[in-house]
Amino acid sequence: MSKPNTNTTVASLLKKFPKANRGDLIPILQCVQDSEKFLSKSTMMEIGEFLKLPLSKVYGVATFYNQFKFHPPGKYQIQICRGTACHVEGSSTILAALINDLKINTGETTSDGLFSLEVVACIGACGLAPVMSINGEFFAKLTTEKIKHIIQDFRDKEASNE
Amino acid sequence: MNNGLPLIENYLIGSSLEYFHSCLLPGVTNPTSKDIAEKIETLKNDSVNKPYFFIGAGTCGLGAGALHTEKALLNVLKNFNLDTEIIKVGCIGLCFAEPIMDVFLPGKNRLSFGNVTPDKVESIVQALLNDDQTILSQALFQYRSPHLKVWQEVPFIEDYPFFKKQRRIVLNQCGIINPLSIGQYIAQNGYVALAKTLKKLTPLEVCNIIEKSGLKGRGGGGFLTGKKWKFALSTPSDQKYFICNADEGDPGAFMDRAVVEGDPHKLLEGLIIAAYAIQATKAYIYIRAEYPLAIAHLEQAISDLYEWKILGDNIFDSGFDLDIIIKKGAGAFVCGEETALIHSIEGKRGMPRPRPPFPAVSGLHGKPSVINNVETLANISSILLQGSDWFNSMGNNNSKGTKVFALSGKIKNTGLVEVPMGITMREIIFDIGGGPKNNKLFKAVQIGGPSGGCVTNENLNIEIDYDSLKTIGAMMGSGGLVVMDEDNCMVDVAKFFMDFIQRESCGKCIPCREGTKQMQNILEKITRGRISEKGNDALDRFKGILQLEELSNTIKETSLCGLGQSAPNPILSTLKYFRHEYEAHIFDRRCPSGVCSELINFEILEDKCKGCTLCAKKCPSSAIKGSPKAPHYINNEKCIKCGQCLKVCKFGAIIKN
Amino acid sequence: MKIEINNQSVNMPAGISILDACKSANINIPTLCYLEDLFPSGSCRMCVVEIAGVKNLVTSCSTQITEGMKISTHSNRVIAARKSILELLLSNHPDDCLYCDKNNTCELQKLSAELGVRNRNFSKQLIEKEIDKSSPSLVRDPSKCILCGRCVRVCEERQTVSAISFIKRGSQTKVTTAFDGGLNTSNCINCGQCAMVCPTGAIIEKNNIKDVLAALSDKNKVVVVQHAPAISVTLGELFGFKPGTDVNGQMTAALRKMGFQFVFETSFSADVTIMEEASELVDRIKKGEKLPLMTSCSPGWIKFVEHFYPEFLTNLSSCKSPQQMMGALIKNYWAFKKNINPRNIYSVSIMPCTAKKFEAGREEMVTGGLADIDAVLTTRELAKMIDMFNINLAKLKPENADDPLGEHSSAAKLFGVTGGVAEAALRTAAFLITNDDSKVHEIREYRDLEGIKELTLNINGITLKTVVVSGLSNARIVLDDIKRGLKQYHFIEVMTCPGGCIAGGGQPFGLDKDKIVARMKALYQIDKNEKIRKSHHNKDVVKLYEEFLMHPLSQKSHELLHTKYKLRTGY
Repeated sequence: MSKPNTNTTVASLLKKFPKANRGDLIPILQCVQDSEKFLSKSTMMEIGEFLKLPLSKVYGVATFYNQFKFHPPGKYQIQICRGTACHVEGSSTILAALINDLKINTGETTSDGLFSLEVVACIGACGLAPVMSINGEFFAKLTTEKIKHIIQDFRDKEASNE
Repeated sequence: MNNGLPLIENYLIGSSLEYFHSCLLPGVTNPTSKDIAEKIETLKNDSVNKPYFFIGAGTCGLGAGALHTEKALLNVLKNFNLDTEIIKVGCIGLCFAEPIMDVFLPGKNRLSFGNVTPDKVESIVQALLNDDQTILSQALFQYRSPHLKVWQEVPFIEDYPFFKKQRRIVLNQCGIINPLSIGQYIAQNGYVALAKTLKKLTPLEVCNIIEKSGLKGRGGGGFLTGKKWKFALSTPSDQKYFICNADEGDPGAFMDRAVVEGDPHKLLEGLIIAAYAIQATKAYIYIRAEYPLAIAHLEQAISDLYEWKILGDNIFDSGFDLDIIIKKGAGAFVCGEETALIHSIEGKRGMPRPRPPFPAVSGLHGKPSVINNVETLANISSILLQGSDWFNSMGNNNSKGTKVFALSGKIKNTGLVEVPMGITMREIIFDIGGGPKNNKLFKAVQIGGPSGGCVTNENLNIEIDYDSLKTIGAMMGSGGLVVMDEDNCMVDVAKFFMDFIQRESCGKCIPCREGTKQMQNILEKITRGRISEKGNDALDRFKGILQLEELSNTIKETSLCGLGQSAPNPILSTLKYFRHEYEAHIFDRRCPSGVCSELINFEILEDKCKGCTLCAKKCPSSAIKGSPKAPHYINNEKCIKCGQCLKVCKFGAIIKN
Repeated sequence: MKIEINNQSVNMPAGISILDACKSANINIPTLCYLEDLFPSGSCRMCVVEIAGVKNLVTSCSTQITEGMKISTHSNRVIAARKSILELLLSNHPDDCLYCDKNNTCELQKLSAELGVRNRNFSKQLIEKEIDKSSPSLVRDPSKCILCGRCVRVCEERQTVSAISFIKRGSQTKVTTAFDGGLNTSNCINCGQCAMVCPTGAIIEKNNIKDVLAALSDKNKVVVVQHAPAISVTLGELFGFKPGTDVNGQMTAALRKMGFQFVFETSFSADVTIMEEASELVDRIKKGEKLPLMTSCSPGWIKFVEHFYPEFLTNLSSCKSPQQMMGALIKNYWAFKKNINPRNIYSVSIMPCTAKKFEAGREEMVTGGLADIDAVLTTRELAKMIDMFNINLAKLKPENADDPLGEHSSAAKLFGVTGGVAEAALRTAAFLITNDDSKVHEIREYRDLEGIKELTLNINGITLKTVVVSGLSNARIVLDDIKRGLKQYHFIEVMTCPGGCIAGGGQPFGLDKDKIVARMKALYQIDKNEKIRKSHHNKDVVKLYEEFLMHPLSQKSHELLHTKYKLRTGY
């Protein structure tokens, strides 16, 4: 599912890291994922070549960290916080509502490619728990009702764009 | 201040002073003292000559809709033909009152309003700009200023209940100043401590001052900061590193986020001084990727510092060079551990290694490195400006200074509080926090996150310091306080933390990787219901609970790093204070708080049931039986605890047991 | 400094680990992830000990002794902790020891017995994972992996290949290749050093015993076997002989008892290899081209060059390894001499090496439409077969190998140890250059277990710069130096395994340094004792050339005894 000319894009991203060494591996992976939305096999091979790092090490580092994805995500990445305050305020009910509404499980993407759902470590807005973020936009003091509206808003936005 | 000139000028001479002036007043050659004093006054923003509006736009504020409020404000202001300013500020710590909007009118004290949703903006602005005092009843508080007029019947911030018992040193400017303005920071005596340090103090002297102050690591380690610096200073090396740990992985903690978002220069000044103290010429700020706003503010602040030549080569003509590099975390709680953090910066899997050697002797790339938490570093400039005696006059015998706590959970006033060490937990929860919300009964407050324990009613009078908490099986941690009430199940809380640990364990050592899995498994079995129970599960349940303590000991005693060593704490703590809840789960197969969904029993009250059969029809597992017009009953063996029946019953005849 | 171990005062040198200190005092502390000469990882926690005045238990592998330290290595608290850790490990480990290839040689089994584990105290948490059978040399069973990391470190630090690594984290952690593909999709060079250090059955060699047994009972097959020089000085260890005893004769007898109809020695073809390679060396020196010449008998090394240093492919000798030369000679020379249809020959080789299984399957290793070698067994597999046939090795009368592929020079036996190929090659090369047999005999400078050994020889005015390398991390150093122009050589011997074939991936488990030294010394002793000490003095080799090959590097030689190499992806 990689775009055509992915490798050219990756190559141009790698140019931002002259004199790169092993310490730049994670920033490089982050930079490439920011642009490509996920890390494909060929991308990781290119990065390994660039850094002269064994591929098993590149893959081993990338799979260690939660941030990196290996499959294309949805257009809107829903991240629901699993922090203590959010849990205490009932984030599991919110999650259940989302799963019900989107008909996907965590780690999955809707079949129309619109939404992907994941649970992330504490976002740091505990005073307003439960919290979620969609493509970096924060939504706080969530309730199952609010969730319905928020998702619908995004759906409406998509429909009007078409 | 001398003639309105900034204090920093006492420590800058020659070309560095000239350059400082050129940054302060760009385009003005040979500025006079009057020019400088005037500019400083303007930058300070202690008084204004046109209406200023401040919007709390930290992550909390944004989550509460601050941008919508801003939009509404812009709309309203269109109708007034006035020159105004809108400044986005960080978190003042009043999360429960976000979105917050401050109004600063010329000649009058700055006023703060809470819960300013877009629909409220117009009335507030209209009233204030038309001098209608009735709106003041909606104000939270006002800021005190010697030369400005006081608003009638509005409390001062220091009298406002939430702030009354606080002592704000780290957070003193958060939510007040413009985080993106280096000018304002400098005008408010910013970088004076740095200039003074570079001009007048040797690295060893700096270390001694910090050690004497009694400052201990605020990330949870609680090690004497000055002492740690001295280890690194005394280890000879061609290169040393200083690392700021802004990973803040503890769920429930957001103190560091607020500081970096709201007052990034406070952190940076402390970091530069610290790097000087150990003679590190390269510093890293390791900040978690989940804080994009904080990262953006940090990047801006650092860029400004390079422009003002407060970073780079030969800072303030002192001969000291420093570069600061931002490294974004990639989502691993374990990277809050020092050696794991170092490995992450080196581009490896974030897994800890045995110590010794300690990082201060052999750390990043094998060189002496010191790692300090954001809050620790945010204290440094104040200590150097006001002295170590000033700092250790606050607090109690073994813990000096203040601590920032993040209050969240089932409490009225959620937010950030900074209090002197030694304050009691009761004061924080009830005086500052306002007690549990919705009139519920207080049950416990979790302190220290997944490495900590709970403080219950019997221990609420405990004086909070590093050592006292350990005596009751808890620990300070980074400062996250999550309040729980009667509706929270403590077994569920323990399970929550164990799930967290299992997900975040790096997997390197056996006791943590396998041991916490066993513990998670035991807690799963305890909270699971009869329907999903198979064969040996009951036996396993009993065996498991007996094993918990022994297993906890093994994990605590033999794990490689702090994550594993403290992983059993929440379980041990809840087991100690809430044994009856565990026993109810294990032996009675029920959850007293009604949280563990599989252990809840739904019951139909015979006297209220009208036999409408609606619940039976809705039941997805056909667990409800009964004839029409006769009371129905629920077969708990078949019930999947979905709660649909309770939702649809119009007669209130179904209860959760 | 003075320390106390279990209430006994001892003097120990400063700066050593608690583990080493206790070892010196004859107290063995159990370990699982520890590897000598690699930086301790501290992951298994099995080696914990109690230190007076320290709250938690500490790992003895990573903690250094300090003056006055009081150590308890086997207190109740320590033993309880170790037992608990082991039980936790066992809760996530398969229970089917009886069916496991590592039964009786598994370190986990040993610890379980030592610590007296008798109950399944923890609930089973095992998740079955797929077995990887993709490689011709090694089989991976991730369910048995205890994540000690030894294999990863050996592959990365000793061999600088990094075919496998840890992926994911926590309970999801797995040791596997990039993208979790089969071993054959990675740049694994099949050297089996990982299998040598794996404490359980998570990585072991592919078991070819059943193929060999099937051939042995096939009346239509003529089953022949060859064995590598290192085997005869190793095999005895597994049957009660003193390490370093040469059991060549008894092994030959045992092989015949098992049904192998003809027993040959790879040392014979090693002599042929020398004839070819020494001639190749002299030829290249005369022409001044493609220098340095690099040996090609180690298949792990060959694949390493193909992946990582393709620019040196033309420097490799085009000679097949002795195993493959023997295979080709058996089916194309010996078969006709004995009037046997080569299609009916099932050619087995016994090797101290797992990469040889891969080598035998290479597409280049086919002559006249037939694979040179049909099956390779490791030393360990041979030992298993001997046990299967209930043969008592010690009681056998030594027998001789079959002619004409059974005669060897002692130079050929030296192939089993690092430096041996170079020594053998130079003995013959010196003769080829000077026509004088007195020039070179023993080359003592090659005779130790160092990783890189340089030597410049002067033979009749010709300067020969040589280097002997074992362990591929050392090979990288040498090759990088050559690339940077820092070093020039004429001849390089490379053995994949540190120490050479005597420490190969197919040898008995546990890289015991004393045993390896004993095997090395045994080979040198053979060299000292035997009369025929140079390859060109092997009369059967001389006959082979007269009758069949004509002369070294002839067209016939090239057809049967030389090979080509392949370009492979880098990382």
